[in-house]
Parts: sequence; C-alpha cells; structure tokens
Amino acid sequence: MTHIFTANPLLPLGLLLAALIGVLAILNPGVLSLFWASNTLKIAIPLAMLAACQTLTMLTGGIDLSVGTVATITAYLTATLAPLIGVPTAIAIALVAAIAVGLLNGFGIAICRVHPLIMTLGTALIATGCLLVYQRYVIATGVLIPEFLIWLGTGRSFGLPNSLALFIPFAAIVIWAQRRTGFGRLLYAIGANESAARLSGVRVWQVHFALYTLSSLIAGLMGLLYLGQLKTASLSLALPLDLPSVAAAVIGGTSIFGGRGGYGGTIIGALILTVLTTMLTLLQMPEGMRRILFGLIILAVTALFVRLTDRN
Amino acid sequence: MTRALTAHGWTIGLAALLALLLIATKLIQPDFGATGLDSLARAALPFALATVGMAIVVIAGGIDLSIAAMMAVASVTGAVLMDGATETQSIAAVIAVLALGLAMGAVNGALIVLTRVPDIVVTLAMLFVWQGVALLILNAPGGGAALWLRSIAASGMPGVPWLPRGVVFLAVVTAIIWLPIRRARLGLRLYAIGSDAMAAFRSGIPVGQTRIIAYAICGLFAALGGLSVTMATGIGEPIPGPYLLASVAAVVLGGVVLGGGRGGVLGPILAVFILRTVRLDLTLLSVDPNTAAIIEGSIMVGVVMFGAVIATRAHQP
Repeated sequence: MTHIFTANPLLPLGLLLAALIGVLAILNPGVLSLFWASNTLKIAIPLAMLAACQTLTMLTGGIDLSVGTVATITAYLTATLAPLIGVPTAIAIALVAAIAVGLLNGFGIAICRVHPLIMTLGTALIATGCLLVYQRYVIATGVLIPEFLIWLGTGRSFGLPNSLALFIPFAAIVIWAQRRTGFGRLLYAIGANESAARLSGVRVWQVHFALYTLSSLIAGLMGLLYLGQLKTASLSLALPLDLPSVAAAVIGGTSIFGGRGGYGGTIIGALILTVLTTMLTLLQMPEGMRRILFGLIILAVTALFVRLTDRN
Repeated sequence: MTRALTAHGWTIGLAALLALLLIATKLIQPDFGATGLDSLARAALPFALATVGMAIVVIAGGIDLSIAAMMAVASVTGAVLMDGATETQSIAAVIAVLALGLAMGAVNGALIVLTRVPDIVVTLAMLFVWQGVALLILNAPGGGAALWLRSIAASGMPGVPWLPRGVVFLAVVTAIIWLPIRRARLGLRLYAIGSDAMAAFRSGIPVGQTRIIAYAICGLFAALGGLSVTMATGIGEPIPGPYLLASVAAVVLGGVVLGGGRGGVLGPILAVFILRTVRLDLTLLSVDPNTAAIIEGSIMVGVVMFGAVIATRAHQP
C-alpha cells in the first residue's frame, strides 16, 4: 500500500481531493455543477500561480515570502498608471517593478548569502513602503483596469473560466521546465545537496539569482490576473494569499528543505485548499472556528503525506 | 580581552550603534529625556518579549511563525479574565495566562516532534489555529486589565527617573526565565540540538523533549508579550500585531543564526531597541511614516546582508 503512494505521490493527493469533494456533496447536495467547478478553478488559479513561486524556491531549500507584495504592486501600478500612459506601457512598467524586487532578492540571497526567508521578508517590507509612498502621488489620477484582464480574470467560455487560457500554458511550461530542462534539474540538485552541486561545477549563485527573479516575474503575472479577477486596485490585494501559497506547495508534497516535490502536486494542493475553504464557509461556523479547522487540516494533511511518502 | 571582543563583537557593535542612535535622538530633540525613553521602552516591550521567545526557538534550530497569534491569544485571555476582577483574581488570571502560554508553546513543539513535519510548516498551520482561538475568545477588541498590571511599565523607576520601568521589567523577566536555563544543562542542550540535532541525539540528548521545552519557553515569552500589549492598551486585541516579522528581523539582526546553535538573547533585545529608536528618530525628523518604513526596511536588509557577507568571509580560511 505504502509502496504505491511512494511511487506516485500525486495519488493520495488526488484521492484526498476527491474525498473532500465527496464530503462537500454530502454536506450540501446539489452544489456540484459545472458552474461550481468552474468557480473553484477560477479561485484556485491565482493561488496555484503564487504557489508556483513557492514550489520552485522550495525545491532549492528556499522560500519567497515577497510574492504577495510583488503581485499587489504589479496590480496597483497597472491599474493606476494605465489611465496616464496607456495599458501596454503601464503593464511593462509594473512588470519591471516586479523584476526589480526579484533582482534585489536574488542579489541578497545569491551574492550576500542571506537566508531567503529574511531577505524576501525584508524586500517585501521595503517594497510595501515604496508602494505606500507612490500611492500618495496617484490618488487623483483615477483607476483603469484593462478590459482584457477583466475578461481573463472573470470571464467564462464554454462554461470554463478564461483564466485557464493563461494557466494551462503556464503550468505546462513550469512542469516541463522543472522536469526536462537543465535549470529545473539544477533546482533539484541544489536542494538535495548544495555542496555537492557546487563541487560538481554548478554556479549556485547564478541559479539562485535567476530563480528569485523568475519567482517575482511569476508573482507579477499573477498580480495582473488577480487584478482582473477582483476588479479593484487595493494596497493589500494579494497579501492574504502569501501564507496559503506556502501551504498549497507544502500540501502538494514539496519539501520545504528542498530536493523533493513538483508543481503537479502544488496544483492539486491549491485545489484542495480552495475546496476546503468553500466547505468551511458552507458549514456556517464562527470565523474563529473556521481558521482553527483550516490550520488543523493543513497540518493533518501534511503529516499524513509525510508518513505516506517518506522513503525511510 | 581580544577573545571576548571577537566572541561578543556583534553584540558590542549593536550596543555601540544603540548608544549612537540615542545620542542622535538627543541631538535631534534636545529635550528628549526620561519621558521619551519611557515611551520608547513601552513601545518596544511587546516586540522585545516576542523577540526573546523567537531567539530561543531559533537557537534550538527551529522557528515559530505562530508567535504573534499566540500573543493575541494571551492578550485576549488576560483581558477577558481580568475584566472586572479583583486584585487577587487578576493575579490568578496572569498566572493562568502564563501557564496557557507554556501550554500553547508545548503543543507547537509536541506537534513538530510527533508529526515529523518541518517546524516552519507546523507553526504556519498553528498560526491559523491560534488566530482562530483568539477570535473565539474575543471577537473584537475588549476586556480590561488590572490597575497594578497597567502600572508595571508606566513611568520610570522611583529614584532613577531616566531608567524606564519597561526596561527593568524586561531585564528582570528575561533574567529570571532565561539565565537559569542558560546556565543549566538544559541551556547546553538547546544549543546542542540547534547546532546539530543528529550529533546531539548520539550524545544522548533527548532531542524531542528538548525541542518541546524550547517551544514551551517561546510560548511563555509570547504570553508575556501578549500581556504587555494588554498592559499598554488596557484591552485585549484578537488580531495579531506585526510582531512575527519584527521578531524574526530582530533575531537575525541580533546575531542569532537561522538554523540554530549560535547567538544569545542580549543581541536580539538590543536589535529591537535599535529598530524602535530608528523609528522614533525618523518620526522626530518628521519623515513621512511610509518613507520611514522604506528606510527601516533598507537598514534591516542592509545590516543582514553585511552580516551574511562577514559570516561567509569568516568561514573561508
């Protein structure tokens, strides 16, 4: 039994997701429909994109806690600059800002060798400060949310959310990159044993530098999608997704110490979290109780997953 | 002498930096004195207590992301129990809150040991749990605080007006809890499991038990921190404050290495006061608070990068 799960770590996750959906169907018969499924996907996709940042950085034993801030900044810059200088330029500037945060993370982590947790928290603090200062100069200009982002974020085609048009290629590229490209394998190599990777001639700092820049770019793309989905430019837009993105990657079986896991599991992890949130909302309990259950279930799932797939 | 300097170089540097900052504060505002120091100490108290708790867990090789949420639980529990209570009842309430802190920390530690899930993941999950508990106890800020508790950190010491009671309280509490542990076998064990858990295990140290104790002490300091929030405001606050990020930052600035085994609690405490004094100076200079946040963040990142570069240099022969 254990053997099967060790060989296919995605199997228990898929079973868990199915079980959760089953419980949901029993709790509230008639809730399951194409509409419900497409709504769940719509909510899970931004979370899954942010969790991609965590998955990739966690593969090397790192973490990126600045992703929520980066996504928020990209969304806010796009929405406020668009009426002034046009949509394409605004998006370009917003993504440049995202990449700038990533470069700063990369510099600190790759060259100064600061712990990723500290470095990304610090840059998030600086970036939030910059956003607040910027915000005071743009209050008067008004907000414009680009039409195509709204289409992407909230629209549906053939009953399915349009955001899949962005997410499917994105997920395919991430999974392909981590499995088939040299860069992906270097991530696993560094996470499994950094000294061994270094001694084998890997330039670890270059990989870290590229990785954290890429992570911020992904967070920036997610910010654009999320802007279209929520249709507001707020200063704390994606911040509440910071910690859940770590949870999604961890539930999906990516080891926080690096070297193990993958994006496939993370996607299922994001879906599990989304279904779980729906379920807890349906149960109509006080907010406090909901948070307690959310925390306990994350813990239980991770503990179970560690037991099932541990090779020792 | 030279040996003491190299061993405590970072802490001495921090103390010098703090002294410089305080002098700078005096230069910026010539009438900065006892009252200023007092309010500085009172603002720093919850941060300092959270940081001590975090420092102990980090020394033992872990990290506790749920610290701010535990502080919220302690704060609301204290405020609810003390609301309208007599003096004796309020003393019992404070003791109950401290016991609750120990218990919450021990639960965190026990879950880490039993589930074998990494610290950062368990405490991330427990962050949601303790947040929920705090909200169940008190849905909105409320409750009360006993008068004697509120007066603990108010104003300076009698006779020595320039020495804020908040600092004395912090020093006494930290000394009572941490120094005996540091001197005893338990202190050595905490550093041992942080430095190399496998080596510690093979030397016969009960690693799991020591880890649970480290988290329990952290929970105790979180409870003290939560009480100090209630102390300052007179009410319980169910939404966790910004103590998590601040305490991790201060621990690292204070010379405790993430990953464990090195550092002490004095450095992190100095770091808390440095960060608070920087904020005070920026306010006195009437810098826009948002710009102040950028400056604070840059100082934090800059110092940490500097420290990391030095640490890497020191490792290379």
